[in-house]
Amino acid sequence: MAYADKWSDQFPHIKATGDIAGDCSYEKISKKNYKGKTLKINTHAVPVIGQPTALHAEQFAKLTGAKVDVTHTPAGDLYAKAMVPFKAGQAPYDIVFGFSNFINDWRQYLAPVPKKYINTVEMKDVTKSHVGVSSWDGTMYQYPVDGDRHYLKYRKDVIDNPEMQKKYKADTGKELKVPTTWKEYGEMAKYFNGWDWDGDGEKEYGSAEVMKKDDLMFAAFFSRSVAYAKNPRTPGGFFFDLETMKPNINNPGFVEALTDWVEATKYVPPGGINFGLGDEIGSFGGGQTLFSFSWDDAFIAAMQDDSPIKNKVGTAPLPGADKVWNRVSGKWENKYNQAPYIVWGWAVGVAKKSKVQEMAFDYLCFFSNGANHQADLAIGNFGVNPFKNSDFDPQLYINTMGWDADIANSYTKTLKDMEKSKNRVFPLRVRGVFEFTSAVATGTSKALAGQLSPQEALDEVAKEWEAIVSRVGMKNVQEDYAVGVKMEDNKL
Amino acid sequence: MNFKHKYIFLFPGLFVLIGILIFPIIFVVRLSLSGWNSYNGLNFIGLENYIRLFTDDPRFWESFFRLSFLSVTTVFLQYVIGFALAHMVWKDIKFQRFFRVLFLIPMMTTPVIMTVIWRTFFHESLGPVNDILSNFGMSPKWLTDPTLAKITVIIVEVWQWTPFMFLLLLAGLLSLPKEPFLAAAIDGASPIRKFIYVTFPLMAPISIGAIIIRLIEASKIMDTVYVLTSGGPGTSTETSSFYIFIKGLREFQMGYAASMSFTYLIIMIISLTVIAKVLTKLLLKD
Repeated sequence: MAYADKWSDQFPHIKATGDIAGDCSYEKISKKNYKGKTLKINTHAVPVIGQPTALHAEQFAKLTGAKVDVTHTPAGDLYAKAMVPFKAGQAPYDIVFGFSNFINDWRQYLAPVPKKYINTVEMKDVTKSHVGVSSWDGTMYQYPVDGDRHYLKYRKDVIDNPEMQKKYKADTGKELKVPTTWKEYGEMAKYFNGWDWDGDGEKEYGSAEVMKKDDLMFAAFFSRSVAYAKNPRTPGGFFFDLETMKPNINNPGFVEALTDWVEATKYVPPGGINFGLGDEIGSFGGGQTLFSFSWDDAFIAAMQDDSPIKNKVGTAPLPGADKVWNRVSGKWENKYNQAPYIVWGWAVGVAKKSKVQEMAFDYLCFFSNGANHQADLAIGNFGVNPFKNSDFDPQLYINTMGWDADIANSYTKTLKDMEKSKNRVFPLRVRGVFEFTSAVATGTSKALAGQLSPQEALDEVAKEWEAIVSRVGMKNVQEDYAVGVKMEDNKL
Repeated sequence: MNFKHKYIFLFPGLFVLIGILIFPIIFVVRLSLSGWNSYNGLNFIGLENYIRLFTDDPRFWESFFRLSFLSVTTVFLQYVIGFALAHMVWKDIKFQRFFRVLFLIPMMTTPVIMTVIWRTFFHESLGPVNDILSNFGMSPKWLTDPTLAKITVIIVEVWQWTPFMFLLLLAGLLSLPKEPFLAAAIDGASPIRKFIYVTFPLMAPISIGAIIIRLIEASKIMDTVYVLTSGGPGTSTETSSFYIFIKGLREFQMGYAASMSFTYLIIMIISLTVIAKVLTKLLLKD
């Protein structure tokens, strides 16, 4: 513990844990000498992932003598910022951050993670699903730094409050409880919309969601769709029918989800249909709404020491539905269905053409070493979420972050259950993935704005998807998609 | 010195022109004939992109007509307000210099930063505009109602670029000859008649120039839309340049985006030439 104290004195970021022994700990990295060398990184804008990138770059530079240049880029431009030079045969950045679903387009330009790093103590702690997420055909191209899933966040002080439960029952005849279906979610959100239910003198609202076009809204839509459209009894593709590559996106399951989402525009805060991820984090984390669902960040923000609602929030799996679409029989099945959406999250790779590959991998290994990772997890807007087995220990959150035991337990249970689920949905990872997700964003945003009905909007998306498949080549998309389907069908 | 030496002196300028104008245009044309995207290289697919654009992409044409509406409306408002302000400070008024500088301030600010500030102003739950309006029982959906979002874009554009119009028109007013005004004064013309029959006709050439310059700029509306609404809600504020940006730099359909850019360039050259001719005919008929 003596050396741990030494490092935490110099680097206050890890004051809660000190250095944690490992292959890329502060102690180990301090032995490297990269004086005179420069590492160039392109990352996301501050704060989400951009801030930890810059912070760890500064620490890395101090420890190794390297010069680290960090460029910050808005989320929507991360793909192109790396892809344009990749296509032109250049490598202006040694390290490029992006989303994990870029893997198929980027992998030919990235250096595979060397064995040396795959065998580190830190990497051995990464969950099996996140090793899979970072790999393609058994080769790891992306260095795991984040692990994302969508789940439900709710105001525990309202949902578990006996007075509120009584009032809700009296007014609606229904039980106030953690919603297990999207219909219940909508009913409760509508009831708690537009009045001051926490007595802070401000109006509160039902739900904060990412609804802004082109700002990850496609992921929010898929979170709402999985309950209605991911049927465990019809393997072979959630987004497409793997055999025919016909899009499923406009089947009644997805349409039902979009219909719910259009309804949700009535219980989001004013301006909510223009909320990006940052707005959602600020809104729920700031105590403005009863519910939220998406990545961990809003929940972690709510649980930070400076939050007005620390220890007043809870987590649960994404709501399900009382019916699920069977795309084989073409009929609804009136059975309860719930499916986790593993959104994977931030990913990072080292350019194949980088001349400082070893330093780049050392930086990434240092980024996610035990001490940095645990400290990053505690900061909501850092965008670093659990992806290591050790992250699922509730004591981590109780001891180092001051969470109430029942909240820490339900949080880790929610995450662990998702890892164990056999009905998961993974994001699309096919060539030209951005064309597909952009089409979803455009179509669904037209429905949210009332320009088209849900069915019309999704028919438009399906038509666009068919055109993209035809441009990319059906065989190509099918080959790529098969890898994801294998994971969804639990065959990997 | 040999007369042919002049070509040597022209060379640097020509070199720069070729480098920054001719080469990019040729490259865009070549790119537009390819299917360059994240999975294809610079191949050759003939006119496929153009066929797709003209037969199967209503979104491009919708965004083009939306852009036409936004640019004509904003430039018209900028012209009217800019002319009024220029006319006001052209006269000898108190604090004339102060007002001249004050009216120029919006143009000196960085558009993206100002748009972020406007977005905060118009934020429907946290912004000060709705905070004030809520006292009167109103809370307009500035950024989330399809019609109001267009109006918001217009407000921001007009605020940002009216000073440019003001500057050109004020320079025009200051350069007008005094004699026609003296003659009008001797004839006892009222201020309104003076404006209609003297000031406005004399200002016609500079007005046409100012309007055309602003129309060229307004036809590229992108940063305001990008920051304020991301083209939403739905596609209700999506302009051609924003749509091309999405296709090219978001979806990485570089070949297709190039075909849209080139088509858009041709349309703009033709339409602005026609507009300039029409304005010249209308305003300079005498």
